[in-house]
Amino acid sequence: MSPVIQARALTKRFGDSEVVRGIDFSIPRGSCFGFLGPNGAGKTTTIRMLLGLSPISGGELRLFDLPMPGAGRAIRARIGVVPQMDNLDPDFSVAENLRIFASYFGLGGAEVERRIGELLDFVELRDRAARKVGSLSGGMLRRLTIARALINDPELVVLDEPTTGLDPQVRHLIWGRLRELQRRGKTLLLTTHYMEEAERLCDRLVIMDQGRILEQGSPAELIARHIEPEVVEIRGDGLDALGRQLADTGCRIEPLGDLLYCYAESARPLLDRLEADGCPHPYLHRRANMEDVFLKLTGRELHE
Amino acid sequence: MNWSLPRFSPLALAVFRRNLLVWRKLLGPAVVMNFGEPLLYLFGLGYGLGLFIGEMQAMPYLTFLASGIIASSTMNAAAFEATYSVFTRMVPQRTHEAMLASPLEVDDIMAGEMLWCAFKGTLSTAAIFIVALLVGGVQGDWAPLVVPLGLLVGLAFSGVAMCMAAVSPSYDFFSYYFTLGITPMFVLSGVFYPVDSLPSVLQWLMQLLPLVHAVELIRPLVAGLPVEGAWLHLAVLLLYALGGYYLAVVLARRRLLV
Repeated sequence: MSPVIQARALTKRFGDSEVVRGIDFSIPRGSCFGFLGPNGAGKTTTIRMLLGLSPISGGELRLFDLPMPGAGRAIRARIGVVPQMDNLDPDFSVAENLRIFASYFGLGGAEVERRIGELLDFVELRDRAARKVGSLSGGMLRRLTIARALINDPELVVLDEPTTGLDPQVRHLIWGRLRELQRRGKTLLLTTHYMEEAERLCDRLVIMDQGRILEQGSPAELIARHIEPEVVEIRGDGLDALGRQLADTGCRIEPLGDLLYCYAESARPLLDRLEADGCPHPYLHRRANMEDVFLKLTGRELHE
Repeated sequence: MNWSLPRFSPLALAVFRRNLLVWRKLLGPAVVMNFGEPLLYLFGLGYGLGLFIGEMQAMPYLTFLASGIIASSTMNAAAFEATYSVFTRMVPQRTHEAMLASPLEVDDIMAGEMLWCAFKGTLSTAAIFIVALLVGGVQGDWAPLVVPLGLLVGLAFSGVAMCMAAVSPSYDFFSYYFTLGITPMFVLSGVFYPVDSLPSVLQWLMQLLPLVHAVELIRPLVAGLPVEGAWLHLAVLLLYALGGYYLAVVLARRRLLV
């Protein structure tokens, strides 16, 4: 089956600055595909190009085997979009927002009314159907935005940082709904800078930085490829000296803020040493995760 | 800049309909704002000044003024909607951004918006016309034609005003447009007195702007006199409508598709 999205040498320039630098990727049908990267990596610009909201400076982009931007209308009819910032219509109620949005797709009538009921159940907003959008909390607004993105029963749902700024309960609810959508056969594309989110949801990830794709693969593949399987985090002040002392335990040691990250094929020698020496600093032994991969690939300095 | 010719689809009507539904919710304030000021001019000046002036250009001053106010209030209502309200939906409220996540294109959104702005202009046309009719300011049998004509007048002013919305950094910017464009046109385009009493340079200048042409179509219809140069006036209004739409689409693409 042909991929839902195929990008070749996709490029975006604003004046002299190239914010997306010839990236290639393809998104298989039914997958949950994640774009990770620090702020300014080019994730949102890439998504805007996918939706035809940003003219492409170079390269080729096809969705559903149709050319973007040439077939923009037909392509967007098959996509649902959850933008980074909510842009619901403040003049309308919850249900009216869905009804009006359906009309932009040329949809209406009993079929849409049925869908509105289903979608409000899906995002647990049925009892707020008649409320004005202005009276909703941040989490409810985001759930309504997700419901709105599904009004046209899209094959592909694009979510730009879907859970940024939400509390843990809402995040878990949304994660559950996104997995449910994937079970129903929809393709998901999301950007995030929550590594936990990426690891939980995505079958396949690309890590972007400064307009380039640094790496792609499944979360497990990426972790195995780049990071030793075990990590010990030591927290405290003046860890530089400790770091030097531990160099002979066979760990790769990386300081970040008041933390020392020690990566190892086996952390046993290091843990034995810390126990024997009566290490005065608190430490944590864990498995390597996507955050380690992300920090290794995009660097530990601030991206601002 | 993407200068390709606009191509809009019937989905543009969904944009019009969205605005209509919002307007229905806010009917009260909308009616006061759109009709209050022109009615004040019509009664205040029509009766007050009319007493001294009596007739102007072979018609009662009330008829002269009412026909001018029909044209200018159409202009004002359309221009106001196409600047402040379109800007609100384009920038702070991000309504257009939301629409662009559907099959709608910028071309459709601007077409729907423009039709809506012109429709609001036409509501003003109709309201002032009805008031003028009730106070005995309307003489012509063909006078009801001013209402459909109001749609064209509304389109002529909406397109250009939407260009302002598409380039404006903030609401304050529209003060320039109204102070330097709309108000001078209101005062100098034959609404209150015949254009030919102006210095000839100003007369020429005003001929290049759309309001004079709207007045010269509407006035004889209201007064029951033959319309002179109708095709020219219609052509100028149509040119402003089409040119304004084209430029507004180009400018809105630049703003929304980055």
